[in-house]
Amino acid sequence: MTDILPFLKSLISVSGLSGYETPVARLIEEKWRPLVDETSISRVGSVHGLKKGTGQTSRPSLMIATHMDAIGMQVSAIVDGFLHIASVGGVDVRVLPGAEVTVHASGSGEEMPAVVVMPPARFLPESARSGYPDIRYLLVDTGLLPRDVERKVRVGDLVSFANPPIDLAGDVISGHSLDNRASVAALTACLEELQNKPHRWDVWAVATVQEEVSYLGAYSSAFAIRPQLAIVVDGGFAKGPGTNGWETFAMGKGVGLGIGANIHPFLHARLKDLAERLEIPWFVDVMPTHSGTDAFAIQITAEGIPTALVEFPIRYMHTTVEAAAVKDIQRAGRLLAEFVSALEADFLDTIIWE
Amino acid sequence: MPTFGNTQLKLLEKLCNAIAVSGEEGEVRRIVLEEVELYAQEVKVDALGSVLATRRGRGRNRLRVMVDAHMDEVGLIVVAEDGEGLYRFESVGGIDVRHLVGKQLFVGKERQPAVIGARPVHLLKPDEYLKKISLDALRLDLGPGGKAKVGDRAGFATRFRRVGPSIMAKSIDDRIGVATLIELFKQAPPNIDLCAAFSVQEEIGLRGAQVAAQYFQPDLAIVVDSTPANDLPLYDGGENMSYNTRLGLGPAIYIADGSTIHDPRLVRFLQETAEAEEIPYQFRQPGGGGTDSGAIQRSLAGIPTVSVSVPHRYTHSPVSLARLDDWKNTINLLHAALKRITPRLLSAR
Repeated sequence: MTDILPFLKSLISVSGLSGYETPVARLIEEKWRPLVDETSISRVGSVHGLKKGTGQTSRPSLMIATHMDAIGMQVSAIVDGFLHIASVGGVDVRVLPGAEVTVHASGSGEEMPAVVVMPPARFLPESARSGYPDIRYLLVDTGLLPRDVERKVRVGDLVSFANPPIDLAGDVISGHSLDNRASVAALTACLEELQNKPHRWDVWAVATVQEEVSYLGAYSSAFAIRPQLAIVVDGGFAKGPGTNGWETFAMGKGVGLGIGANIHPFLHARLKDLAERLEIPWFVDVMPTHSGTDAFAIQITAEGIPTALVEFPIRYMHTTVEAAAVKDIQRAGRLLAEFVSALEADFLDTIIWE
Repeated sequence: MPTFGNTQLKLLEKLCNAIAVSGEEGEVRRIVLEEVELYAQEVKVDALGSVLATRRGRGRNRLRVMVDAHMDEVGLIVVAEDGEGLYRFESVGGIDVRHLVGKQLFVGKERQPAVIGARPVHLLKPDEYLKKISLDALRLDLGPGGKAKVGDRAGFATRFRRVGPSIMAKSIDDRIGVATLIELFKQAPPNIDLCAAFSVQEEIGLRGAQVAAQYFQPDLAIVVDSTPANDLPLYDGGENMSYNTRLGLGPAIYIADGSTIHDPRLVRFLQETAEAEEIPYQFRQPGGGGTDSGAIQRSLAGIPTVSVSVPHRYTHSPVSLARLDDWKNTINLLHAALKRITPRLLSAR
């Protein structure tokens, strides 16, 4: 299995906030071009990579979706050279005080290093003094003088997390946006494995836009491609300090297979059997109704698409120090590749409900 | 005239990136010793780890002038192993717990990377989310198999950077004072005996400075620290009446803080020096806070003291910010002041 870490680190180092995914989309398209037969960009910016199967014409297709957008902030006002910000997607405000960020200044085209600041209590209203202040009371300081800030930065400019990824012990990587750039890396590893593995079905690798806000990319790409099956890859919740409930799973101990109303039970069973055979450790991740992923959108697109969810555990999700075991990301990539290559021409006919 | 260029900036970078939490100041102590050894007639490391360096002047009736800057920073200390690379910790010095979540740190002398995360927001009950997390719920996470020792210190992994007119780094308080003192020591004027105290444990009670003053027994003392600039806009657009100091207005001369009423002769002397040399300066708003001057002033039979600070924003947090011009002007002011010191300075009050 190829080393996914370098590509993963480059994915995390490029911006791609929900709605503004172009920088990371370019990186992904460039990476996928030699691995697939055709690449294209959807009407709303998702990246599509088609790797054709070996079967006869009119081959069935499988779409594998990983969202490439990341959560972040946007400039909402400029006051005395300081910036006010609003969230793009579900930002965990607890990480913001003292967070290193990059302001993508549209006035000057610069990427400015900056810091998010929590003003002293006496500068805040009574209600915001204890606990974490709401994001509207935080400020961003670029270190520049007010007249330069006003010239270079505009309301609406993006503000992304800037802390670099780091390697922790136990082959664990930590950084922002592992949700869901690590899934893009897993899908890329799958495409790399498929260079040496024949497969009958067409495979559509899709990096979707705006999962964090509206599943726009999932709905639109599923409709445009109209695959027979879909697999979504995303992050699950890892066990960690103060985090040990039934929804959580040990980091480094395998991949998650979603189960619940959002997931086609036959696909889930098929993935499970495959993981067993390959001796890839797995666990069942129960999602009673809503998977909280692109699978929610894809399942009900057009006339409906049987959808499954493959995950790997991420610790501290939606923070700047998300952590995941590289091994689990690789396992997910491998499971995908094996699933693709094992798909028989008549697989759809074998799907039964009972 | 003191130089202010790349060499000074590179030294400040090295100092800010070093981790020296109160009680374990070794990494900074080594840098200081390396810098001052060749210029000092005497150097010693005392019982607490402070570096005390003397450079004697020439001529009669020289005053003994102690100039102090503290080497320590606020940080964390590992107190127990929780298994699987997770460690419990306590804070050393005043850190707002709300600055800890989502940060990267280095632990121990080997600077092992670690992170402090939190229970994901998706798994919290709605009223739990904005409540301040207590420090004992947090953990240093080195990754599975990561090994730290109980007693290891930890500091933020912030890398020093220059951004336009500013620098962003951790521990500007008080590495900028340490860098200033190193520069002043290298350029010490002949009219005084310069006693440089690179003190330890300021953040936890001004302890190094107290002991250093006993050793030096100076005629007067100048403390070089870095004080907060709270020059931020208020949420309701009102006038900011408690800014403490402001960035860009030059070195901040102290009148009074929470532990000292600074000697009016020295305050006036610094002001006059600044005006004569056309160096911008400001007065720090009286009240609150404290510097090593608190311990030094009441040592022995009393020592006239004054503090001067380079203003910085976002104190005791992962990223502080200061203006390079303020630093340059602080070095210039203090260098000029040291040159002008005569015994007459301490005559009539």
